[in-house]
Amino acid sequence: MMYIDSHAHMLSRTTDDYEAMAAAGVVAVIEPAFWLGQPRTHVATYIDYLSSIVGFERFRAGQFGIRHYCTIGLNSKEANNEELAEAVMEILPRFALKDGVVAIGEIGYDDQTELEDKYFRLQIDLAMELDLPVMVHTPHRDKKRGTTRSMDVCLEHGIDPGKVIIDHNNEETVRETLDRGFWAGFSIYPSTKMGTERMVDILMEYGPERIIVDSACDWGISEPLAVAKTALLAAQKGVDKETIRLVCYQNALDAYGQSGQMNEDDWLNPPAIDQRTVFEGNSILRGQREPVVEEQTSRRTLDDLIIE
Amino acid sequence: MSDQPSELLLTWISQRLSGSSKDWFDQQLTKLVSEPSVKSFDIAFAMVPRKLGKQDLAPTATELAAAAAARTGWNPSQWSIDVAARIYLLTRLSEDPSVNFTERFRDLHRTADVGELLALFSGLPLYRRPETLVAVTADGLRTNIKAEFEVIAHRNPFPVEQFSQNPWNNMVLKALFIGVMLEPIQGLDERANPELARILSDYAHERWAAERFVSPELWRCIGPFAEAAYLDDFQRVIDQGSETEIKAVALALKTAPPSTAKENLAAQLTAYDEIISNGQLSWRQIADEMLDNSQAITRKLNFEVELTR
Repeated sequence: MMYIDSHAHMLSRTTDDYEAMAAAGVVAVIEPAFWLGQPRTHVATYIDYLSSIVGFERFRAGQFGIRHYCTIGLNSKEANNEELAEAVMEILPRFALKDGVVAIGEIGYDDQTELEDKYFRLQIDLAMELDLPVMVHTPHRDKKRGTTRSMDVCLEHGIDPGKVIIDHNNEETVRETLDRGFWAGFSIYPSTKMGTERMVDILMEYGPERIIVDSACDWGISEPLAVAKTALLAAQKGVDKETIRLVCYQNALDAYGQSGQMNEDDWLNPPAIDQRTVFEGNSILRGQREPVVEEQTSRRTLDDLIIE
Repeated sequence: MSDQPSELLLTWISQRLSGSSKDWFDQQLTKLVSEPSVKSFDIAFAMVPRKLGKQDLAPTATELAAAAAARTGWNPSQWSIDVAARIYLLTRLSEDPSVNFTERFRDLHRTADVGELLALFSGLPLYRRPETLVAVTADGLRTNIKAEFEVIAHRNPFPVEQFSQNPWNNMVLKALFIGVMLEPIQGLDERANPELARILSDYAHERWAAERFVSPELWRCIGPFAEAAYLDDFQRVIDQGSETEIKAVALALKTAPPSTAKENLAAQLTAYDEIISNGQLSWRQIADEMLDNSQAITRKLNFEVELTR
């Protein structure tokens, strides 16, 4: 089985994670521009961050045979620093057209302030101007209302809901998200957002249409194998194979592929220049075989004392 | 009379484009003249792979010969169509007297994605006033992205023409360190120097101490200075090295200054004299053998040399 993790902050993850993800069958990741835990106070650090996710991080992922894409945006937390936000808005168009940028995101609300609202709207307009999908981060607090409001604003600006992924859904928000025609992302993130068992229940209730499973793994206690684990648990609990393929692979490709920047050929049949430069390990995938990586040995034990 | 490099490049790109790709590229070129602006250049530069794709340029032998005739050392054999088209746009910018090209290049470099980095540095042979780009290119070599390092170091006359000894030596050492081949570096023999020979000998000893592999290509840069202790290194390779390593030492020894110790080593390597004199054994041959024997592609991010016996 091939998987896409359409929400993974790989910049915060180790090479062990990349190895484990590749071994589990993850062929592509999408890295949304987000908040780094520590607020940025200068636009220059924001520029360097965006350069990292279109540059070195893509190369790093490629070394493990994983294709790396990203979304570009001003996140809701930092939208509250007006001086920074204004400067970031000015440089966003330049990054939004980089290779492998599949959406504007993750954008939306955190505390649902006026400034958050202002920059959310401006970025929806930017996405429409550039014909890019939008990845919406829905708030942790006052979630239900914040999610509804996010969708209201999208529709008010006239963007096609088929081009908007509402992420971090839960049992309370999924019905409305699907009924209004949006893609519904679910982040399998321990203790806060969604768990694998609850996710399987949702799949059983709602089926696969427009549902996308991601990990949202980042610098917190999170799980880069969340998509693969959800797929395996769903299979164990009797969810059909096609449903699993759709929610753990195809729907993400269909949603973000609308950018024109993400195609199955990128990992199944990459251009020669990419194979020479930024994407290794593709030979494993040639001929549509299941990705198989060398037997996984856990790095985090004291059993093996030899370091070469 | 040879053609201007940028004219040649435009001809090759145009011959490979058709339909909407060609129309788009032509429109951008017209726009750059009729309404030049930073914004329209940046958009055109960013959009190139979306509009033209990424297939290999795959220049013919005739085109490669024309490239070398138009500009010494220019070798676009590894370029793709997006790299070529971006470089053409950059050459136009560098030829515009109203543009501070160094500033613009630095600015594009600051926010470049991987594909853009490859284009910026692959085009170094073709920009005007290349001496103003030495610092930003040396920065480029500090990269962790191997492909970025390679487009500067390989098949590119810029380093041999522009680098002083320090950045040159750093480039060669880092190439060995990150498993980048030396053979495609232009001017390797011409720029050999005693300081580099010392650095590389120290590096070889460090590798041996850690029981790690030493690239056979390293001896090429030591050859012209190979006396005394360096010849002890050669003897060690003859005693303990693989066939390819011994061949490399045989080649390197040919460039060593005359000495009795050299003669003693040469007497052990007479088996290679004929294939060296008839050109069958060359540094190209060593590189080919290394690639054949190696696992050049690994998944490791640590930058220990990946080439093994």
